[in-house]
Amino acid sequence: MTPQDSVPIIPSFGGEGDDGQRKLAIICSKGNLDMAYPGLILGAAALGNGIETHLFFTFWGFDMIAKTRMAKLKFSPVGNTAMHLPIGDARMPQALAPLPGIQALATKMMRKQISELDVPEPPELLQQIVDMGGHLWGCRMSADMMGLTEDDLFDGVEAIINADTFIEKTYGAQLLFI
Amino acid sequence: MPVAIICGHAVELDKDGFLTDYEEWNEILAKQLAANIGIDLTDRHWELIRWLRADYRRLGVSSTTRHTQSAGGFSIKEQLELFPKTPAKKMAYVAGLPKPQGCV
Repeated sequence: MTPQDSVPIIPSFGGEGDDGQRKLAIICSKGNLDMAYPGLILGAAALGNGIETHLFFTFWGFDMIAKTRMAKLKFSPVGNTAMHLPIGDARMPQALAPLPGIQALATKMMRKQISELDVPEPPELLQQIVDMGGHLWGCRMSADMMGLTEDDLFDGVEAIINADTFIEKTYGAQLLFI
Repeated sequence: MPVAIICGHAVELDKDGFLTDYEEWNEILAKQLAANIGIDLTDRHWELIRWLRADYRRLGVSSTTRHTQSAGGFSIKEQLELFPKTPAKKMAYVAGLPKPQGCV
């Protein structure tokens, strides 16, 4: 092996234009099962690319990190006109969406579809984010509104902080609001 | 497809620089690929690389960090120690597998 032998094309592991300083902040404000995934998956993907990543859980997004609720997120087809039935492109009539049992059924179906893709449940994804060095923060105002303390939150949450502190911590970051 | 000469052998690479042919890979090549990205392969690296290649042969896709943890037993923390910062891509690169396509 000589230096001349070395491959001229070495993959860019950071991504084009990445100077190693890229930073991502994701604000998770929804507690529905379907709205929990985008932030968690993008966060895990960012960490897999070596990007410093911060997730801030606020309002209903608190359900994603509250110990007693995080494993029980639900999906509701109410108000979701893109909800399809498992038959071709048939859409679910909105009149059916609020019927008893539909939310439970839709939640069960979504969990099954996601698990078939080998994508973990939200709590396991949160743990993956922590294992990869991601930072999880709870929102002070939401915690106060819901009467929750750090003891009530997933262990990987570093602290409950106010909006101001989050803005300080994510100086220069790209930001996603979900 | 670009072709590169690595360790005296011509190998085909995809546009990102990953090997395209599973059979073109060998351990000497892996050492050079690892050196290209500043990694000195230890016994544990080799265990992981061999598992990744066997897993690819089984499933036909490059393993993600999560799958490497759940199916291979290599914790995400260990993967990060062995292949820092971007473990899934670096593991696939050194193991001569395509760039991983999975989301997590």
